[in-house]
Amino acid sequence: MEWETVIGLEIHAQLATKSKIFSGAATTYGAEPNTQACAVDLGLPGVLPVINKEVISKAIKFGLAIEAEIPPKSVFARKNYFYPDLPKGYQISQFELPIVSTGHIDIQLEDGSTKRVGVTRAHLEEDAGKSMHEGFGGFTGIDLNRAGTPLLEIVSEPDMRNAKEAVAYMKKIHSLVRYLEICDGNMQEGSFRCDANVSVRPKGQNEFGTRAELKNINSFRFVEQAINIEVERQIDILEDGGKVIQETRLYDPNKNETRSMRSKEEANDYRYFPDPDLLPVEIENSFIEEIRTQLPELPDAKKHRFINEFKLSEYDSTVLTAQKEMSDYFEACVKAADGEAKLSSNWITGELAAALNKENKDIADSPVSAEMLGGMVKRIKDDTISGKIAKQVFEAMWNGEGDSDSIIESKGLKQVTDTGAIEKLVDDVIANSPSQVELYQAAPDDKKGKLIGYFVGQIMKQSQGKANPKQVNELLSKKLKS
Amino acid sequence: MHLSTLAQLSTALESKQISSEELTRLYLDRCNQFNDSLNCFITINKDIALAQAKSADKQRAAGNALALTGIPIAQKDIFCTKGIKTSCGSKMLDNFIAPYDATVIEKMNLAGMVNIGKTNMDEFAMGSSNETSFYGPVRNPWDKDTVPGGSSGGSASAVAARLSPAATGTDTGGSIRQPASLCGITGLKPTYGRVSRYGMIAFASSLDQGGPMTQTAEDAALMMNVIAGFDERDSTSAEHPVDDYTANLNESIEGLKIGLPKEYFGAGLDSNIAKIVEDGIKELEKLGAVCKEIELPNTQLSIPAYYVVAPAECSSNLSRFDGVRFGYRCEDPKDLSDLYCRSRGEGFGKEVKRRIMIGAYVLSAGYYDAYYLKAQQIRHLIRDDFQNAFKNVDVIAGPTATGTAFKLNEKINDPISMYLSDIYTVSVNLAGLPAISVPAGFSNKLPVGMQLIGNYFEESRLLNIAHRFQQATDHHKAIPGGFE
Repeated sequence: MEWETVIGLEIHAQLATKSKIFSGAATTYGAEPNTQACAVDLGLPGVLPVINKEVISKAIKFGLAIEAEIPPKSVFARKNYFYPDLPKGYQISQFELPIVSTGHIDIQLEDGSTKRVGVTRAHLEEDAGKSMHEGFGGFTGIDLNRAGTPLLEIVSEPDMRNAKEAVAYMKKIHSLVRYLEICDGNMQEGSFRCDANVSVRPKGQNEFGTRAELKNINSFRFVEQAINIEVERQIDILEDGGKVIQETRLYDPNKNETRSMRSKEEANDYRYFPDPDLLPVEIENSFIEEIRTQLPELPDAKKHRFINEFKLSEYDSTVLTAQKEMSDYFEACVKAADGEAKLSSNWITGELAAALNKENKDIADSPVSAEMLGGMVKRIKDDTISGKIAKQVFEAMWNGEGDSDSIIESKGLKQVTDTGAIEKLVDDVIANSPSQVELYQAAPDDKKGKLIGYFVGQIMKQSQGKANPKQVNELLSKKLKS
Repeated sequence: MHLSTLAQLSTALESKQISSEELTRLYLDRCNQFNDSLNCFITINKDIALAQAKSADKQRAAGNALALTGIPIAQKDIFCTKGIKTSCGSKMLDNFIAPYDATVIEKMNLAGMVNIGKTNMDEFAMGSSNETSFYGPVRNPWDKDTVPGGSSGGSASAVAARLSPAATGTDTGGSIRQPASLCGITGLKPTYGRVSRYGMIAFASSLDQGGPMTQTAEDAALMMNVIAGFDERDSTSAEHPVDDYTANLNESIEGLKIGLPKEYFGAGLDSNIAKIVEDGIKELEKLGAVCKEIELPNTQLSIPAYYVVAPAECSSNLSRFDGVRFGYRCEDPKDLSDLYCRSRGEGFGKEVKRRIMIGAYVLSAGYYDAYYLKAQQIRHLIRDDFQNAFKNVDVIAGPTATGTAFKLNEKINDPISMYLSDIYTVSVNLAGLPAISVPAGFSNKLPVGMQLIGNYFEESRLLNIAHRFQQATDHHKAIPGGFE
């Protein structure tokens, strides 16, 4: 039987605010345990939550970016359950009236086509603390620094049909929240994580299969692996005539397997009800419009601008706009390169990306600044150096040896464009290679291009790569003809 | 001196007849003398009170005294007080020393008031007799075999016996007004949101409201001037302008329109009480008020609605008492579930557990619509009843409680009859309105209170009417035997 996978994601994006969602305590990551938890975060008797207005505007910003409806009224609700790192015995979340209603985003599929994924809702909630089960002599340690950290939970429609689409969706949301500067997107620190709802059904069937919820996945790679392994598991069960049970599962990246956490029967009844300590949030249209004016250029709009303004391919534009830092780098580079976009794009997505990748660096930490790279591209463009020499220049810049002009100067890498000098090199090589000349002249025209490479190679070797390849080629074809 | 009102004590302090330290010692002595028999205090703050009194005396000497500077006050043990045990009447918090002050406490401290002790109360404010307290029942000074009412029973008993000139209370379904009625004192439940709930341990967040329990309406006005107002730490506190509550106390009530709900004078009301309240209303008519009968047709729905909403909120509010971070923790828990079950099972009393279970039930999947949502709809109906009534009348008058103080143990094993005795008070909380109970007379030597209900933020008007009533009557001046 042919199976179809159905995936929906719930993404938790930590909103980048200085203080917590309902208290004045700081949200800085990595502080000593329980040093960033005030009376409200500890859930002491008598304390009350007060909404941090910053989270409202950040959530609305997200809503506008996915073209969602922002309802005029939204309500905080209590989700009741007991857990030691949940201080109040309930989590303040949103249930019936979330801050952001239905929206959508477009993702790029591998075949180059675009797919629209629905976003059911996005709601605000507070994070819980952290339980630490090791290092306390059989007891559990509780760190409440994270308790009360603001989260935006973004719930998608079950619109994705394979793990790659799910990853593309997650990456797109990741890119969006960072463009909007509402979340730092740091996945190691848990600022951006997701739960995946996965089910399979026979291809062509309308009803969804029974789903499993894969909890708390914090990398793109793990999302893909977790979904694929879960799909395999479900198909195996179904093909053996079994039934998938609705449950929550945990992905173990070390063993590459998913494990049952709890079944639907064991699931909590969260007894949601509107939080009587908080008034409904009423949002005026003028407030929404004010936030709209603050929206930055978003990835899709930027991509189209790059295609139109810089004549880049759709692929290059997508790569360059996936990350805001990357697109900013590109634009600064083009500016420094006197408008040379195509070469800039090639260098950024090629050499620079590879170097960053190799040293596991973010573009923001690149030792070669956009201005430096642009300066070098300019020298390629004006024939001061060849593309090949540029690789040496780039490496020197990467190693902190200065900007491109000073490196070209100090290493004497300037291209030889003096016709006389090049002609001499050409003549010498021809004189020293009689058999190759004979071979070349005897060859049919369509083979000549390949054979000329030998002469070019020799000349570049003699000139240590500095001879202008265009001039070398022209002279060679002229001289070899005679 | 111990029979003086806040207003009189303020004058005595200002005219140097007595110092705050002397006054505080006087009340502390009375507390020590009578608390064994009344059990109205859980904690008596001797050292803190004397330190506050001394500092109040200095403040007065420096010429910076405010109206209530240096006057002792008893605080219901539901308000968090920094460095002082705050038990909420529960074993669960028997070991809890609050690390911060409730807004109400903070405001009283700023006003220079002296916190002489924390008063006994029904556990987590759940009860109408003060018998659910972990610290044992409070006695009513008018008859020590009877209850003082609840949940602010300790505060009511302490003020009635003049162990403190005034006290704070909280009112979720009548917990200020009913004990005020049963102990013969004045108790004001302000409009929901008028007094900050920050630091007041929550029972039912949408109903809870703190307020004064005093000898007179004038004293209640003086206390309201200290504690009322918007608090940015309480999102449900009202950003409504605050009155000077003493400013209109003496205004004439000529032409005041009083509504008498026929539902408040029907079956279920003790005939002696009906008579006393009717006499009280006649007194108001003598002062120029005009009465008319009104209808509050959904009154009978208020008890069932209340006993859905309040337990629902309490079941969630009390989840934080889990033995993990503070409060009672059972001995040697064998695992997490054992820690929860035994800490909560052993730390909470019977009535609290009953309400948590009712609350968890009415919020459960499949029951939410039938109970919680329905109760919220009834709440709207009750609010509308009052709003319709206030189109035609200025205030509503009636009894505060269905009877006088009942015997200890009389109703404790019959929760339904206990719940039903709140019939005249709970609808006010469901609607969020202000109401005051004033002493109106005695039935078989036990005090009877009359309740006046006002429209939103009309505390000033209620205090004005109550004050005029007290100018014309002496019920509020009666002192229980043995405490004169």
